[in-house]
Amino acid sequence: MSTPLIETKGLKKYFKTPKGDLHAVDDVNLKIEKGNTLGVVGESGCGKSTLGRIILRLLEPTAGEVLYNGKNILNYDRKQMLDIRKELQIIFQDPYASLNPRMTISEIIAEPIKVCKTITNKKELNDKVFELMETVGLAERLVNTYPHELDGGRRQRIGIARALALDPEFIVCDEPVSALDVSIQAQILNLLMDLQDQRGLTYMFITHDLSVVKHISKDVAVMYLGQCVERTDSETLFRNPLHPYTQALLNAIPIPSLRSRPRSELVIKGEITSPINPRPGCRFAARCPRATKICTEHNVELKEIESGHFVACTLY
Amino acid sequence: MSTKTLVEIKDLHVVYNTDEKTVYAVNGLNLTINRGETLGLVGETGAGKTTTALSIMKLLPDRVGEIRQGKILLDNIDITRATPADMRLIRGESVSMIFQDPMTSLNPILTVSDQISEVLDLHRLDMSSEEKIKKVDEILKLVGLSADRKNEYPHQFSGGMKQRVVIAMALACEPKLILADEPTTALDVTIQAQILSMMKELKQRLNTAMIFITHDLGVVAQICDRVAIMYAGEIIEIGTTADIFDNPNHHPYTSGLFGSIPDMTKVAKRLNPIEGLMPDPTDLPNGCKFHPRCPKCMEICEAVNPGDNIDGTHTIKCHLFSQ
Amino acid sequence: MTEQKEKQRIVVKKKSQIASIWHRFKKNRLALFGVAVFVSMLLVAVFADFIVDYEKDALMQNMAQRFQRPSGEHWFGTDNFGRDLFARIIFGARISLFVGVITISLSLFVGSVIGASAGYYGGRVDNIMMRIMDVFLAIPQMIMAISIVAALGTGMMNILIALSIAQIPRFARIVRSSILTVKCQDFIEAARACGTSDTRIIAKHILPNAIGPIVVQATLSVASTILIIAALSFVGLGIQPPTPEWGSMMADAKSQMRYHEYLIIIPGIFIALTVMSLNVIGDGLRDALDPRLKN
Repeated sequence: MSTPLIETKGLKKYFKTPKGDLHAVDDVNLKIEKGNTLGVVGESGCGKSTLGRIILRLLEPTAGEVLYNGKNILNYDRKQMLDIRKELQIIFQDPYASLNPRMTISEIIAEPIKVCKTITNKKELNDKVFELMETVGLAERLVNTYPHELDGGRRQRIGIARALALDPEFIVCDEPVSALDVSIQAQILNLLMDLQDQRGLTYMFITHDLSVVKHISKDVAVMYLGQCVERTDSETLFRNPLHPYTQALLNAIPIPSLRSRPRSELVIKGEITSPINPRPGCRFAARCPRATKICTEHNVELKEIESGHFVACTLY
Repeated sequence: MSTKTLVEIKDLHVVYNTDEKTVYAVNGLNLTINRGETLGLVGETGAGKTTTALSIMKLLPDRVGEIRQGKILLDNIDITRATPADMRLIRGESVSMIFQDPMTSLNPILTVSDQISEVLDLHRLDMSSEEKIKKVDEILKLVGLSADRKNEYPHQFSGGMKQRVVIAMALACEPKLILADEPTTALDVTIQAQILSMMKELKQRLNTAMIFITHDLGVVAQICDRVAIMYAGEIIEIGTTADIFDNPNHHPYTSGLFGSIPDMTKVAKRLNPIEGLMPDPTDLPNGCKFHPRCPKCMEICEAVNPGDNIDGTHTIKCHLFSQ
Repeated sequence: MTEQKEKQRIVVKKKSQIASIWHRFKKNRLALFGVAVFVSMLLVAVFADFIVDYEKDALMQNMAQRFQRPSGEHWFGTDNFGRDLFARIIFGARISLFVGVITISLSLFVGSVIGASAGYYGGRVDNIMMRIMDVFLAIPQMIMAISIVAALGTGMMNILIALSIAQIPRFARIVRSSILTVKCQDFIEAARACGTSDTRIIAKHILPNAIGPIVVQATLSVASTILIIAALSFVGLGIQPPTPEWGSMMADAKSQMRYHEYLIIIPGIFIALTVMSLNVIGDGLRDALDPRLKN
C-alpha cells in the first residue's frame, strides 16, 4: 500500500471558552490517497471546516499529526511550510468574502504566484493568468474586472483559478458550491471533476450536502460534533449506512421525487448537544433513536466492521 | 373570483428603478392560489420569486421598487390599490411572511414572547392581556418549543429554534396566507427535515394557504401541492406536484434543473448543467427569455415570447408545446 | 498584440475604483460645496504671498488706520493696531490649515501603526496598546493639548506635538476596528494559505479595504484640530502674537466686541466655514465610500 498523500493521526482542536474547552475536532484519523477525493460530510458544528484548515495549518491543532507524504508537517518551520504551501491549497465557500474587493481578477489570480515568486517574468506571469482563466472558464475580457461586478458562479471560478495558480497537489474544497444556484453548482462540480482528471489532483471535499458528496467523492467520512462516526467508500455508504446518524442524515435529504417521502420514525428529534466539555460516551446518544445505556458509559472507538468500512457505534 | 380562490395575480410587472438602469424583476406574472393550498415557487437567484412575495405584502423597497402594472387580489381586496394604512392591517393578520435567515429576522433585544405578542397587540385588539399570554404559550407549543423558554432572547436559541419562533410569529394571527421565503435553506438538513415535518402538520391543522419559495426541488416534492417554476420574472411552467415530477413534458429549463441535481439514486459521471447564466434583468433578451440557453431553441423562440400552453392542470410556456 | 491590449486595460483599471467613488461623491451637492470652499481656502492660503504682502499688511502696525470698518480699501477693515484684517485672515488660513494637516498626518501615521499592530496581532499586544490609548482618550483633547503646551511651552512645534498626541488614539481605534472587520474575511485566509507575510497582508489586503473609515475620520479630525488651535490661541496658549491666527484674532477682539464687532465676527465666520466644509466633505466621503456595490 503506497503512502497516502494526506493522513491525520489523532488530530484534535480544542478552543478555550469561558465555559470550558470547545471540542471542535476530536481525535480524527483520516487517510486520503493521491488522486482521490475524500468527502467530509456533516452539519454545522461538526468540525469539518476546522479540520480542513488544520490540515493546511491555517489553524494550529491542539494535538495530533498531519502527515503529507508521510512527513509530519506540524513540525515544519516557516521556511519548510512556505515550500509545501504551494502544494496544499484551499477553495472557500463564500464567493463574496473569499476575494479581495479591491483587487482585479488578474491581480487576485496572480497574487499567490507573486508571493511565492514561482514566476518572476512579467510577461510569463500574464500568460499564466490568462491560461488559468481559460482553464476555469473565465472569459479573457474579464481580466480587469472587480469581483463585485461578477456573479457567484464566476467568482467561485476565480477562487478555483487562484487555488490552481501554484500547481498544487492537494486542494481542500470547503463547501465550494453550497452558496451557488443549482445549475451553477453543476457547472462548478463538473469543472472540479475535470480538473481532477486532467491534473491528478487530490481533494478533500467538505460539504453538508450528501447528494453532492456521492457524486464527487470516492471515499466519505461522516462527522458529528468533532468526531468521525463513519468512514467508507461512497458507494458503500449510500448502499449500507451503518451509523444511526448517517442513516438519519440520508433519510433527511429531500428527494425530488414523489415516491420517496422520509420515514417519520427516522426524523431525528432534538438539537445538537453542546461541544463544550462533552461528556464521555457517544455524542449522538442524546438524539439517537437506538441509544442504549452502554452508549453513554465510555467513548466509542471507530472500528472496522467490514473491509474498509469504519463505524463508531455500540451497535456493532 | 370563486370562493375557492384566495389570491389572484394578474399580469404583474415589477421593476426596480436604480440610478443607472431599470431592473425588470417580474414580467407579466399570472398566478392563482386556492385556500389551504401550498404552492411551491421554484427558481434560481434573480428569477423574481422574492420580488413577487414582497409585492403581495407591498414590502418592496421604498423609492426603488415599483409595481408598474397588474393587479393582486387577496380575498377580493385589490392590494395594488391599498393604502399604507390598509396594508398595515393586512400584514400579519391576513398575510404574513417567513424570511430566509433566522439569524437576522428576529430582534435581538426583545424576548421571544414579546415578539410574538407584538403581532397580537397590533391586530387582535379584542384580546385581553391574559388571553394573549395564553395564545403565545399555545403557539409556542404548536411549533414545538417549550413555553418555559418564552422569556429568553433570540441569541439563546439555535438556528432551527429561531426559525420556529419566526414561524410562530407568522402564525400568531392565523393568517389566510403565509409567504415562506426559503425558510429552511439556512438550516442543517436534519433540522430542515424537522421543520418541514412540522410545517406539513400545521398546514393541515390550520388550513393556511402557503407560497413556499425555494430553489430545492426535493423540498418542493415534500411539502407542496402545486409548483410554479420561475425564470427571469415569469412563470414558465406550473402544475400540480404530480405534473411536475411525473409528467414527461417539461419546459427545457425545468428539465435542465432536474438534470443539474446530483441524483443520489443514480451513478452518473458528469452532471448536465444548463449552459450559461440567467439573463441580466436590466437587459432581457427578446422573444423567449430562456432562448439563449435553450438546447431546443427554434427560430420563433428568438422573436416571439411564448404563450401559455394549457393541458389540464399543467401549463407550460414554451413554443415546443404549442398546438 | 495581446500584451499591448493588456497594458492598456491595466491602466484603465486603476481609475475605475476611484472614478466610481468620485461619481457617487459628486451627487452630494453639499459635499461638493464643501470641497469648493475648502479648496478655495487652500489656494488662498498657499498663494497668500501673491495676494497680500505679509510684512506690510498683516504685521506692520499703523495706528492712524486703526479700527476702520470694512471698506473698499480694507475689505475686512483694520484691527486695533491698524493692521489689515483681510491680510491677517489670509495668513491665518495658512496657519490653521498647515497645522491641521500636518497634525493629522502625524497622528494618522502613528495611530495607524499602533491600531494595525493591535488589530492584527490581537492578544496581549492588542490589550496593552489599547489600554494605553484608553488612558489618552479619557482626557479631553483640549485639556491634553493645554497640559502639553503648558509643559513644553508655546510655539508652533510644541503645538503640533501636543495636537498630534491628542489625536492619535482616535485613529488607532478606527484602524484597529477596521482591521478586525477585514481580518476575518476569507480572502485574508486565502492569502495566508499561499504563505503571504504578515506585512504584505496588512499592507496589500487589509489596509486598502479598511481605508474608508480612516479617510472620513481624517477629514473630521482636521476640522476639530482647527477648532482646538483656535481655542488654544483664544486662551493665549496657542500661536503667539503677532502671528495672525483666527483664534487669537478673536481673543484680541474680545474687548472690542461692542463697537467693532466685525473684528470678532469675521474670523469666527472663517473658522466656522472651514470646519463646516471639512465636516461636509467627511460625510460625503463616508457615503461615497460606503455603499458596497452589491447590487
